[in-house]
Amino acid sequence: MKLNELTIAKAFEGLRNKQFSSVEITTSCLEQIKRVDQSVKAFLTVDEDGALAAAKSADEKLSKGELNSSLAGIPVAIKDIFCTAGVRSTAASKILETYIPPHDATAVKLLKDAGAVMVGKTNMDEFAMGGSTENSGFFPTHNPWDLTRVPGGSSGGSAAAMAAGMCLYALGTDTGGSIRQPASFCGTCGLKVTYGRVSRSGVMAMTSSLDTIGPFAQTVEDLALIMEVIAGTDPEDATTPNVPVDVYSKEITKDIKGLKIGLPKEYFVEGMDDGVRQTVIATAKQFEALGAEIIDISLPHTDAALAAYYIICPSEVSSNMARYDGIRYGHTSGAASDLLERYLKTRAEGFGAEVKRRIVIGTYALSAGYYDAYYKKAMQVRTLVKQDFDQAFESVDIILTPVAPTPAYKLGANIEDPLSMYLADIFTIPASLAGICGLAIPAGFVDNLPVGVQLLGKRFDEKTILRAGHQYQQVTDFHLQKPVV
Amino acid sequence: MHLSTQQIEHIARLARLEVSDTEKQTYSEQLSAILDYVDQLQKIDTTGVEPTSQVTGLVNNNREDIVAESAVAQDLLATAPATRDGFITIPKVFDHK
Repeated sequence: MKLNELTIAKAFEGLRNKQFSSVEITTSCLEQIKRVDQSVKAFLTVDEDGALAAAKSADEKLSKGELNSSLAGIPVAIKDIFCTAGVRSTAASKILETYIPPHDATAVKLLKDAGAVMVGKTNMDEFAMGGSTENSGFFPTHNPWDLTRVPGGSSGGSAAAMAAGMCLYALGTDTGGSIRQPASFCGTCGLKVTYGRVSRSGVMAMTSSLDTIGPFAQTVEDLALIMEVIAGTDPEDATTPNVPVDVYSKEITKDIKGLKIGLPKEYFVEGMDDGVRQTVIATAKQFEALGAEIIDISLPHTDAALAAYYIICPSEVSSNMARYDGIRYGHTSGAASDLLERYLKTRAEGFGAEVKRRIVIGTYALSAGYYDAYYKKAMQVRTLVKQDFDQAFESVDIILTPVAPTPAYKLGANIEDPLSMYLADIFTIPASLAGICGLAIPAGFVDNLPVGVQLLGKRFDEKTILRAGHQYQQVTDFHLQKPVV
Repeated sequence: MHLSTQQIEHIARLARLEVSDTEKQTYSEQLSAILDYVDQLQKIDTTGVEPTSQVTGLVNNNREDIVAESAVAQDLLATAPATRDGFITIPKVFDHK
């Protein structure tokens, strides 16, 4: 038995039955990191000492019966956009290269309180801006299924670490697809939660009106277990409404007979990979076999969503990035003689190309005379996108779509052309604008590369997409396939 | 919509971002292409459509105004590039002439 390849559910069982210890699982993950991460490059920081200390402490508490959480003693990788007390947190930006926060993000604190063992911090596109992890200020991450390809992004390090067995689960963030798309590219499960379902306190903001955080895991059952720990309202994040948190691990065991699943025609576009198209159709048939009803639907503003996103996102980026000024924390330019020069040079030296592009676009879109034409217009289109989904959900329970138009592409393929990189987000962005939840699960292979499908659910109805995903995984084994690294 | 290198320089300065001549040239091309793409929004009829800034409908989620001990002041100061007597030091803002 390879301990680093256990599901959370199996590890939980084994820890309780004393088949193995947290120190043993943790050591197994750390050994896998040493063995493969030179080629995958999923981690920016590995905290070996901290992980082993946490594992030892978890073992002691488990033996005394002081830890009841299903996550106790289980190794997790955290995207580097989460603040972790005493452990460098960079958001993959040079501007935070040496930043060590004094506090934990709420989600990280909840995991630690549950007895989780953090093995390290994962690579990403700088401040989550990108879809391939090539925009990291440090180095790109490689896809464990084919090292010449991207792992997706922006949470590419978390997805790659999961797929290559370097942790049992991981946390990421999803603003326009940054959990779902890398989950699809790396053949793992990923959940984008409803806006406001999980606290973002202590997570560096990118697009505040869209940012969400969520888990990666091998199985949907594991996602359910993680959600039970991290979901809920938080006084430190005013955008988390007091909506009850479901017992997801119970909800997912119910069958899906009579569940209505919508297939939107706008998500089967020209130019998408035929293998991806066939994967979605085969998945729909599988759901039918499980007793669900497939219904054709339309989401007419799908195309417009992408254009609206690429106004809303850079506009909010230009505002959020203003806090990196070289004064209070992070990189500061030594070459500056006065305050203005300090700002100009600190930010020029600290930010990478994609961050600068979005700051400039956003500053332009919000500048005097252009606000109505760009930001306001985009927010109006956002209303139309949201209404599309609200109407569709009057006749269906969930919506089934592809995650991305293609499987993982080659490193370097889109890096010179930001617009083509943006267009790859077409199937994940509309749900982000609507603030609904979305689950990516492995559903097939195209040319030996994993391909996922996306299940979209109503706001705060994570339980229904998790249930559909879990039932699907009872009769398929795509999620159990592992890459040979 | 074309953004000239002069416009890029002006906008970047508003955003407190120094850009090199090469960057100005590259961004002028790349950002003009992105603006052309997002211009499709103008074709959509949004007459009478309310803008959506967030989706959960929460408004004024106020907490009780109670003093709480955070005890992290020293830790936060320790992350600053330069401090003196418990304050963050910065280059002078005003020039006295």
